Amino acid sequence: MENLNGYLIVSAILFSIGTIGVLTRKNAIVIFMCVELMLNAVNLTFVALSRHLGNLDGQVFVFFVMTVAAAEAAVGLALMIAFYNNRETIDVTDMNSLKW
Amino acid sequence: MSYILSLTTFLPILGVLLLLLIPRESKSLLRSLALGVTIITFLVSLPIMTGFETNADFQFVENVPWIAAGPFVMRYYLGVDGISLWLVMLTTFIMPIAVLSTWTAVEEKVKEYMICLLLLETGMLGAFLALDLFLFYIFWEVMLIPMYFIIGIWGGKNKIYAAVKFFVYTMAGSVLMLVALIYLYFRGLEAGFTSFSLMQFYSLNLDPQTQTWLFLAFALVFCIKVPMFPLHTWLPDAHTEAPTAGSVILAAILLKMGTYGFVRFAVPIFPDAAYRFTPLIATLAVIGIIYAALVAMVQEDVKKLVAYSSVAHLGFVMLGIFAFNQQGITGGMLQMLNHGISTGALFLIVGFIYERRHTRLITDFGGLSKQMPVFAVIFMIVTLSSIGLPGTNGFVGEFLVLLGAFESELRWYTVIATSGVILSAVYMLWMFQRVMFGELDNPKNQTLKDLNPREIAIMLPLVIMIFFMGVYPNPVIEKMDPAVKKLVSQVKRSNPTAEAPSAMQGLPEGHPVVVAPAASSGNSVIPAGATNTDEAR
Amino acid sequence: MFDNVWLIPLFPLIGFLINGLFGKKIKNETVIGGIGAFAVLCSFVVSCMTILRLLSLPIEERLAEVKVFTWITSGNFNADIAFLVDPLSCVMIMVVTGVGFLIHLYSIGYMHGEEGFYRFFAYLNLFMFSMLLLVLGNNLLLMFVGWEGVGLCSYLLIGYYFHKKSAGDAGKKAFVMNRVGDFGFLLGGFALFWYLGASHNVWTIQFTEIAKNSHLLPTGGIVTVITLCFFLGATGKSAQIPLYTWLPDAMEGPTPVSALIHAATMVTAGVYMIARMNFLFIRSPETLMVVAVIGACTALFAATIGTAQYDIKRVLAYSTVSQLGYMFLAMGAGAFAAGIFHLMTHAFFKACLFLGSGAVIHSMHEALHHAHSHDDPQDMRNMGGLKSKMPLTFMTFLLATIAIAGIPGFSGFFSKDEILWQAFSNQHHGSLNYLLWGMGAIAAGLTAFYMFRLVFMTFYGESRITPKAKDHLHESPMIIVFPLLVLAALSVIGGYIGMPKIIGDALGGIPNYFEHYLEPVFRYSEEYLSQHSQHTALHPSHAVEWGLMGLSVLIALAGITVAFTMYVKNRELPSRFTATFPALHRAVYNKWYIDELYDFAIVNPVKAAGRFLWKGFDVVIVDGAVNGVANIVMAFAGVIRYLQSGFIYNYAWTMAFGVVVILGYYLFK
Repeated sequence: MENLNGYLIVSAILFSIGTIGVLTRKNAIVIFMCVELMLNAVNLTFVALSRHLGNLDGQVFVFFVMTVAAAEAAVGLALMIAFYNNRETIDVTDMNSLKW
Repeated sequence: MSYILSLTTFLPILGVLLLLLIPRESKSLLRSLALGVTIITFLVSLPIMTGFETNADFQFVENVPWIAAGPFVMRYYLGVDGISLWLVMLTTFIMPIAVLSTWTAVEEKVKEYMICLLLLETGMLGAFLALDLFLFYIFWEVMLIPMYFIIGIWGGKNKIYAAVKFFVYTMAGSVLMLVALIYLYFRGLEAGFTSFSLMQFYSLNLDPQTQTWLFLAFALVFCIKVPMFPLHTWLPDAHTEAPTAGSVILAAILLKMGTYGFVRFAVPIFPDAAYRFTPLIATLAVIGIIYAALVAMVQEDVKKLVAYSSVAHLGFVMLGIFAFNQQGITGGMLQMLNHGISTGALFLIVGFIYERRHTRLITDFGGLSKQMPVFAVIFMIVTLSSIGLPGTNGFVGEFLVLLGAFESELRWYTVIATSGVILSAVYMLWMFQRVMFGELDNPKNQTLKDLNPREIAIMLPLVIMIFFMGVYPNPVIEKMDPAVKKLVSQVKRSNPTAEAPSAMQGLPEGHPVVVAPAASSGNSVIPAGATNTDEAR
Repeated sequence: MFDNVWLIPLFPLIGFLINGLFGKKIKNETVIGGIGAFAVLCSFVVSCMTILRLLSLPIEERLAEVKVFTWITSGNFNADIAFLVDPLSCVMIMVVTGVGFLIHLYSIGYMHGEEGFYRFFAYLNLFMFSMLLLVLGNNLLLMFVGWEGVGLCSYLLIGYYFHKKSAGDAGKKAFVMNRVGDFGFLLGGFALFWYLGASHNVWTIQFTEIAKNSHLLPTGGIVTVITLCFFLGATGKSAQIPLYTWLPDAMEGPTPVSALIHAATMVTAGVYMIARMNFLFIRSPETLMVVAVIGACTALFAATIGTAQYDIKRVLAYSTVSQLGYMFLAMGAGAFAAGIFHLMTHAFFKACLFLGSGAVIHSMHEALHHAHSHDDPQDMRNMGGLKSKMPLTFMTFLLATIAIAGIPGFSGFFSKDEILWQAFSNQHHGSLNYLLWGMGAIAAGLTAFYMFRLVFMTFYGESRITPKAKDHLHESPMIIVFPLLVLAALSVIGGYIGMPKIIGDALGGIPNYFEHYLEPVFRYSEEYLSQHSQHTALHPSHAVEWGLMGLSVLIALAGITVAFTMYVKNRELPSRFTATFPALHRAVYNKWYIDELYDFAIVNPVKAAGRFLWKGFDVVIVDGAVNGVANIVMAFAGVIRYLQSGFIYNYAWTMAFGVVVILGYYLFK
């Protein structure tokens, strides 16, 4: 499998984009999308390595991650709506009540 | 295999499930259901008592595999013997009373409150019945959480402080116990043990060094729970802030966990260490008796006074247990039950007047006898039982404790502890006098109503038990006797010098009681200066 | 044989239960009082049957134990609910139920119209039950049950008028002081049980068993410790120095209570206890000496206080303390029978005196009440001239007073003289005997003085209340007078069953029935003495005995004469006396300031210690440490919590930074 590196590189690039997005953007929805990006980067790695190693476990994990992502999307979006209803913003710089 | 122990233990959980189905608005249904569950639990537990055969074995044993994780094998292992039998009965007996006592006292979050009480019952029963150390630990922790909520949510003014103090104190101890437990388990594995089963650990012969450390870890957690001086300060706060039922359960049952822990775990698993630490524990127990009595005497809050009296009473229990002889341990066990009944009743009584007047300050009362004659009579009986008047339950336990301790090496401790008998009369009667006697001069007290039928129904079983245990304690003693004997032999086996009678032959006739204060060394019982026979006339 | 002896305590118990549980609903005083008195009457009848049966037995068989059920068994410790019938316990049950019954009758009249009438009778019956348990119990523990039980009833009855603070305080004081004594009793019991068990393998608390094995006990040593502990118990219950101060305060209770509990029965429990364990006490010369000295001191000390009190009941209370001192003097002299004899005669005349004073107070109270006067009906300074108003009461009171003063021919003379003689001639205390006798004799003189002072102030002279009130003074109803008559008769003739030997011989060989009757009880002591007697007994001649007897009678007569001079003939003398010695009078009137001393030396320091331990130790040190740890943790957290900005992106950056650092470490290490 010579092209494994390709997959991994793409995955790494996707992950980095996601990470930088999460760290730099202010809009919660964008951050959220970036998180999805990171998750999918991981999925890509899983699938690629699963194929490379001839082991199905990795693919099982992908399903797992997808389920988690779906759940996260549901809960996360619900949270954001709730927050928006309260504060009329979803800018993370306004979200600092998570302390003490 | 009989399932009666599991049934008893988990019936309250079943009740919790039922309670969950009931809307929170129908408070009276919630209360009735909780009461029903506790009463059924009590009825179900009765066959444990009647079917209990008088011998030293564990009975109604349930032993099935539970968790096997690598080298850790935990079993679901329940059983009852003469020592735990009466504590289990006490628990199932007190719970309906505790639930009934909150009928009108708790109006908020009734559902959660009842759930907490029922969870607590399961936790306590499980802890008394568990014969697997790990299972015990789980139940031990299970008890903690509902009690934390009961104090923290339904408590008085300073409830958060009291709840956190209670939680942190207990947690600090139990973490140590967990570490000791795991270490003990590994030692057990080396010796070829296959599970956390208590029986195996009884036969584990540990070197003195290890015993000392493990004993200290166990003793610390149990001492906190007892509570022993100077680890007692969580108790007055917890009691004062807790709602009535919380105080009742805390005093009647939870505190017994500490003393029970000594009897069941700390002493028989580490007999050498227990024996070695006797002077220390006895000193703390005696200090606790006198100290708590003195502090109780000057309390202004009735509930705090009762809380401190608990510390004194449990000092007697500890003294009895560490006498390591038949009378002492039997007395200690009886005193646990008696304290559960009398002090539980005292907290109920304080609850009654608190519900009426919303104050617990002694100075706010006075002359209540005139307004509340029935209450006065019951209060009097409970007070007398608490100060150990013969004919009431308190006397039998206290007497046997003191007798046992006097026969053992703790003679001089006993002399001091006996003076606690005087002090208990002072603070209890003084409190009683200030609350019940004198002029009924506070206008707010002049409209007080006497006990209603529900309250009388709460107190009546306790009053009956007070007299029954005082006049005819033998059925209780008989059932616990073989188990106590076994415990005594477990301690004596590893400490042959503890056989007091044989060692006593060195005492010459006519010599005054100059047995060396046992504090100096646990192993010598030959009286100092015993050779001096000249004084004999 | 004595199978029904358990009925004796049972009847009062039933009476207590009926009156206690249903008395409030019954309401009818006659029924309530009737139940109470009838229960005691039943006990009295059974007691009579018991003693008759006992007397019908040959002397050596006069001992029986009746077991009802096993109370506590644990290891080698066993305590039964079981009763002991022997001459000693029979005397006691006769006195307790007999005098008790009369006082119950009296109470029906005296307590008429009181709020809580049923409560009074319930307590009284409970007291009878406890007292009978105390005297009938065949083991130490059962005796202790009765011992504490009577203490409880005493507490309840002293505090009967619970709305009065003084009554509540007095009750508490009595209970606590009794508990100090109980502390000694318990320790003594422990030590005895442990010593016999551990060193001789005799594990028992039964009196008969201990007596049988008493030869195992040494002389002195441990026995001194044990007996001193028991004696501490006795000083608490029987109001001896240093624990006597509760008894005068106990007069806060209704008068029948003072008569029954604080004169005739309960307070004599200490004497009974020593007599019951005579075989122990005889083995410790040291303890005997302590007992004798304490007894003599108490007799004298309390008598001095009695001379300056004005409250009629307080005078009688100090008189009781003083008379109890005599009994202990007898015990200390090893004259157990004499002590028990004085116990019995004292029960008669002191009960009569108390009941008589109750009748006086009752009458005074009503008279003052009618006159709307707020004078104290118990203060003798308000009385006077009652002789003509209450002739029967006066007569009985006078007879009892003569008896207590020790005038020949009356019961008090026989018993007191026997005690004084024994104090003088016993073999235990050597030359200390003279001092003991002297103290006893002076106390006897003082007794005669203050008792006749009481009689003169109360019954003689002019009435000192308003004429309007005076008209309302009247003799008491029959139910009150009848017990007085019976008791007065007993105080006159009660002494003849125990005439001292010397008088009996002079009268033609009448034996001392009482002493002979009690002999089996003190058998082990006699045996011991015959074996171990190292002091040769003093055998003063008959002339000495007659001389001493004459002397003590003279002293008593002198006391009466002084009282007569001061309170009848020359009334200014007392006030002149107080004016001359104001400090002395103040000290005596204030009971030598002993209460104040106790408050200062014990009560206040203990309270202060409690307060210090609570506020100082508990709150500052222990909780200080606990809260201190919590505060340290919180202070630390207070600093590092600023790391938590609350912004998620800060956390995310930190995380990313951390990941880079960790990865970097592993990649480049």
